[in-house]
Amino acid sequence: MFHWIHKYGSPKYFYNFSRRLTPWLGGITAVLLAVGLVWGLVIAPPDYQQGDSYRIIFIHVPSAWMSMFVYMIMATSGFIVLVWRMKVAEAMMRASAPLGASFTFLALVTGSLWGKPMWGTYWVWDARLTSELILLFLYLGFIALQSAIEDRRTAARAGAVLALVGVVNIPIIHYSVEWWSTLHQGPTVTKLSAPSITLNMLLPLLDMALAFTIYYFTIVLKRVRCELLDSESGSNWVRELADDKGY
Amino acid sequence: MGRAFTAILVRDLTLALRHRSELGNPLMFFIVVVTLFPLALGPEKDILMRVAPGIIWVAALLAATLSMDSMFRSDFEDGSLEQMLLSPHPPALLVFAKVLAHWLVTGLPLILVSPLLAMLLYLPTEALPTLLATLALGTPVLSMVGAIGVALTVGLPRGGLLLTLLVLPLYVPVLIFSAGAVDNAAASLPVAGQLYFLAALLVLALTLAPLATAAALRISAG
Repeated sequence: MFHWIHKYGSPKYFYNFSRRLTPWLGGITAVLLAVGLVWGLVIAPPDYQQGDSYRIIFIHVPSAWMSMFVYMIMATSGFIVLVWRMKVAEAMMRASAPLGASFTFLALVTGSLWGKPMWGTYWVWDARLTSELILLFLYLGFIALQSAIEDRRTAARAGAVLALVGVVNIPIIHYSVEWWSTLHQGPTVTKLSAPSITLNMLLPLLDMALAFTIYYFTIVLKRVRCELLDSESGSNWVRELADDKGY
Repeated sequence: MGRAFTAILVRDLTLALRHRSELGNPLMFFIVVVTLFPLALGPEKDILMRVAPGIIWVAALLAATLSMDSMFRSDFEDGSLEQMLLSPHPPALLVFAKVLAHWLVTGLPLILVSPLLAMLLYLPTEALPTLLATLALGTPVLSMVGAIGVALTVGLPRGGLLLTLLVLPLYVPVLIFSAGAVDNAAASLPVAGQLYFLAALLVLALTLAPLATAAALRISAG
């Protein structure tokens, strides 16, 4: 196993491997997105209370899931950075932060657009909204720290510590905010009993969630490649690559 | 190990006491910020009574954060921080001593002066013990968690503002439980739950934060 990690953990192999992988991932994203959007926005039945405006969940819920998923990826990469100092993990962490912040922002915006017709207001100081907002602050703090430290590797290790501290804090923040105030509806999909959502809405939702996940991996691999080219610009394989392209 | 801890603690306290003029600054900041609120919100008793716990806690939070920037700065600049990290003693322990000294100098005076400010804002006297308890449990958490942020930004030329961006979101639980407890106490409701949570946060911060701070200092100084 360690042999495998060493091979694909080296920037050169990872670059080539991810370059072959991304077109496939991009294709799958396109198919899943198309299916999910048509199914969710056209075929799925309207909600008996909310009419058609509930359809924003097909964007909102996957973004909210991704906002947390990406932070977990960052924290995991951060752990790898601190323990094994892998350059690919550093690149992964740095490439993920703006994507995670974007997903968080998207979740907040779609949520408030949905909140206007449903709750009668764009923003309420509800527990989930607030903890999502704080998650956005955590992402922005991470990005600010990355751009403040000049040396790449120091920045990555400092960011790793911050991401791990954040990951310990996220559950605490989440539950403290939950007890502070709540208006948001409870979880409907991840309950242990049967989900309280019809299959015809659940399936496009899951499809969209998968589409968002694979979209994230497509984009993050592209960004990781840019990060690797930038940080490895002095190494032989990057020079050869540039020579091949005729730069 | 115990001797190294005491040595750092005594050294930092001595250094702080020799800069008497700087000693009072966080306290002054705390008092001035609290004074601004009645000027902005109006002097009516019922409004101030209602928002007093929040004002005192937000002001304490800001005072703690802004005073923190200097925690490792001078040691980093004159190289003694590097010597501490090179010493055979566990860096987490030394960090703990430094944070404790910093809290004794900046956090403790805040607690001592807060009854006066609570009276200025017409906080009911029944809520006073709870206010003191939340400050006593909460401000050390702020110092411990803030130290991680300070350690990450200590090498940066303008780390002050960045530090507040990094640590303020992490302070949310402390703020919620503390202000909530004081609110409850003012309304004569039970407060034990929030105080237990604050105590739990304190234990968690005391055990984990020095390790993270030491790791961050190694990155910044290394």
